[in-house]
Amino acid sequence: MPYIPNTDRDREEMLRVIGASSVEDLFSAVPAGVRLRGPLEVPGPLSEIELARHVGELAAMNRTAETETSFLGGGFYDHAVPAAVRHVTRLPHFYTAYTPYQAEASQGTLQAIYEFQSLIARLTDMEVANASMYDGATAAAEACLMALDRGSGRRRIVVASTVSPATRAVVRTYLLATGAEIVEVPHARGVTDAAALRDALSGASGLLFQHPNHFGLLEPAAALSAAAREAGALAIASVDPVSLGVLAAPGSYGADIAVGEGQSLGSPMGFGGPLLGFMAAGKKLVRRLPGRIIAATQDASGRRGYVMTLQTREQHIRREKAASNICTNEGLVALAATVYLSLLGKQGFRDLAVQITSKARYAAEALSGVAGVRRAFPGPFFREFVVELPMDARTAADELAKARIWPGTPCAPSFAGMERCLLVSVNEQHTRHDIDSLASALGALIASRRAP
Amino acid sequence: MTAPERRVLEPTVFELSSPGLRGYRLPPLDVPEADLAAAFGAEHLRREPPALPELTEPEVVRHFTRLAELNHHVDRAIYPLGSCTMKYNPKVNEDLAGLPGFARLHPDTDPRFCQGALALMVHLSEHLARISGMDEVSLQPPAGASGELAGMLVVRAHHTAEGNPRRKVVVPDSAHGTNPASLTLAGYEAVQIPSGPDGRIDLDALAKVTDADTAALMITNPNTLGVFETKVRAAIDVVHAVGGLVYLDGANLNATLGVVRPGDIGFDLMHFNLHKTFSTPHGGGGPGSGPLGVKSHLARYLPVPMPRRDEARSRGLEYYLDHDLPQSIGKVQSAFGNFLVAVKAYAYILTLGPEGLRRVAENAVLNANYLQARLAPHYELPYSGHCQHEFVLSASRQKEKGVRALDIAKRLLDHGLHAPTVYFPLIVKEALMIEPTETESRASLDAFADAMIEIAEAAAGAPESVTAAPENTPVSRLDEARAAKDLDVAWRER
Repeated sequence: MPYIPNTDRDREEMLRVIGASSVEDLFSAVPAGVRLRGPLEVPGPLSEIELARHVGELAAMNRTAETETSFLGGGFYDHAVPAAVRHVTRLPHFYTAYTPYQAEASQGTLQAIYEFQSLIARLTDMEVANASMYDGATAAAEACLMALDRGSGRRRIVVASTVSPATRAVVRTYLLATGAEIVEVPHARGVTDAAALRDALSGASGLLFQHPNHFGLLEPAAALSAAAREAGALAIASVDPVSLGVLAAPGSYGADIAVGEGQSLGSPMGFGGPLLGFMAAGKKLVRRLPGRIIAATQDASGRRGYVMTLQTREQHIRREKAASNICTNEGLVALAATVYLSLLGKQGFRDLAVQITSKARYAAEALSGVAGVRRAFPGPFFREFVVELPMDARTAADELAKARIWPGTPCAPSFAGMERCLLVSVNEQHTRHDIDSLASALGALIASRRAP
Repeated sequence: MTAPERRVLEPTVFELSSPGLRGYRLPPLDVPEADLAAAFGAEHLRREPPALPELTEPEVVRHFTRLAELNHHVDRAIYPLGSCTMKYNPKVNEDLAGLPGFARLHPDTDPRFCQGALALMVHLSEHLARISGMDEVSLQPPAGASGELAGMLVVRAHHTAEGNPRRKVVVPDSAHGTNPASLTLAGYEAVQIPSGPDGRIDLDALAKVTDADTAALMITNPNTLGVFETKVRAAIDVVHAVGGLVYLDGANLNATLGVVRPGDIGFDLMHFNLHKTFSTPHGGGGPGSGPLGVKSHLARYLPVPMPRRDEARSRGLEYYLDHDLPQSIGKVQSAFGNFLVAVKAYAYILTLGPEGLRRVAENAVLNANYLQARLAPHYELPYSGHCQHEFVLSASRQKEKGVRALDIAKRLLDHGLHAPTVYFPLIVKEALMIEPTETESRASLDAFADAMIEIAEAAAGAPESVTAAPENTPVSRLDEARAAKDLDVAWRER
């Protein structure tokens, strides 16, 4: 047993100290009738060599952005992860520690999370942020719960239909038992129409919108926030943190709560997890925030230090009256984001957003230049955009995959009626050559299907 | 040294910033640079770039390395937090989860091109099912509390399908705080029952509150006092008799690996904590993973999608994602859960095998009993007898001298050790809840026991020497009241 250090002799001596004759004696409280007879039916044991070979084979069966030219996005992004981020998050001081219950022996984790909160507050232009949530979807869902929990008697959450399908699904699950009504408002030409919201917002608790939205389009974020405020509802903006290098921040356009997915900040996609939810708000909402919050304070000698604060909101103290049931969050992924943002810095982070903007625009123009292809929606966009093809998008994706190009995510079945539409996502790792290859392969495919 | 510097262990990353520096470069832009105002419209533009710090790579690495050195961690010494199972995190598992075939895999990848990842998820689910006696397991919940919420929503879906969601869920007073919080989020009312004098479920108390409005009983076994619920079968029968379901909080599964399978003895559903029982690192507070296992009668309610094996290859593929679950509670995470954490748990199970998993439980229980035996003469042990993987001491004797559980915890930090969980479970006054795990050696346990005994002796003779703790940590005791009052939760230039 490679991970059990006691020897047989240790065990004998320990049993003597305990006053038991065998390890079996220690299980005497487990009635015979509930015991498992026989060994567990699982494989193993494997040596490290055998394990690495087997798991390595499973990994090698998958095709990824490493092996294909991939334009998949839609909430999960293949940004380059700087080597220093990987090395810092591999320090055992961080990854083998736990929630900083003993502050004096956890100042590293506590200060890193405080810096994470500070960075999220700066990105979103909000006053306070929490220590992380599971992912952007659960962060949005928890924000909706905050909107419901205001003693107002209002029981309706309005959700823009341009919010990602996964986020909308998680919001529905989290609100299943609240008795709240969820109203999804349709989009017009890919974006939410603030004027059309008025009826739905009347008497609502909150409005959840995504900006840029699932189609990559910029929502009228200021008008949506204002419409929510006029109706007495909380405006919840789900934002792409990378976009905040160039786009206006939620705090500047009047959102009450900013949430989002932070995987793109220094963590790999990992088949969809672990991810990183973040949540920021104005100070007046701080006592209603879910999850851990770290605050700076002083020790007995006046030295700066950090602690978990406002814990009376949390489940381990408040139990059934807690603001949320969250306990373990995504600490190490938050650390990765903190290191990532520190490395890129003020200028580097803006450069990243500018490069993505430039490459996505170049890609949109290149694809729009392919005969029969057009952008499905006309408005300004960040990072990704929807193209409409003269053929079924799934078929096109399947065909191009043969040439090891993944052109994007088909919008159907998540969006009914968009069977010919493809969500194409571009990041800083794509070269002009990658984009040109996509355009020419798509052009050749469409031309071949037109030929008699 | 100037006074302000003496007051800061490590400046914030913002204080280390110098204008114009950067720690990472992008390649030159190989397409025309977009005009941002033209691309987005002036009203959407950010006026000032976010005020991120400006540092070079070595400065960033040094900053975070210096922060790292302020932490206690499992690779350094014992971390005996009760109910957290802070066991060693095998190194190879970190490497395997970092393989690009997993790390750079997009969740929308066509199932044809991610058979390896789907196979791993299906196999891990099957292994967890066989370890627990459950029939189906969803890996989607990203943490234990998420598994609890999903589980309670499954309970609700089941009763709703039977005609009435019912109103209440019973929890013992020794339950983890997440239990009542999760069931409340699922629309239930928590009905708390007192533990019996032996720390176990009081069957009479349970029977008294159990009726046709009882949706479920939610218990932890061994419970948070570290004792096995000897009457677990009878308790399950009481709830089943009224049509209720029984949920197991699997936080303490480490004690029963290969000894008891919850599914065999009547539990209807449970969550696992891969970051506890199955050795995946705790990450300073996540990422965890809280898979939900259910018996077959509840499988239709599991989160969507479910990775499955298709023996007949009717779709031409061995593994696929089943989205056709019309009665599912829906999604609890954006994709399929914390997949890279699942990779590590899968590797752990294969490394240990059936015999190894059983040895984990035996040695976890042996280690806990050894510590209990060494410490029982020095601290009050409210629930005696052999414990399972953890046990709870009370510092009530020490408190008479003015030394609280918190003081003992802080003095342990001075010894270079981590403290147990303190003030939980709530039913033990001045609780010290200790879980050593199987990966501690006897020498490590002795070092911890020696420190605890020394502290008990100091508390008896010179209590003020304990209440002054900690003295050898990077900071001394921190002012929590000031933290809550000032509420400095984001750095501002000062």
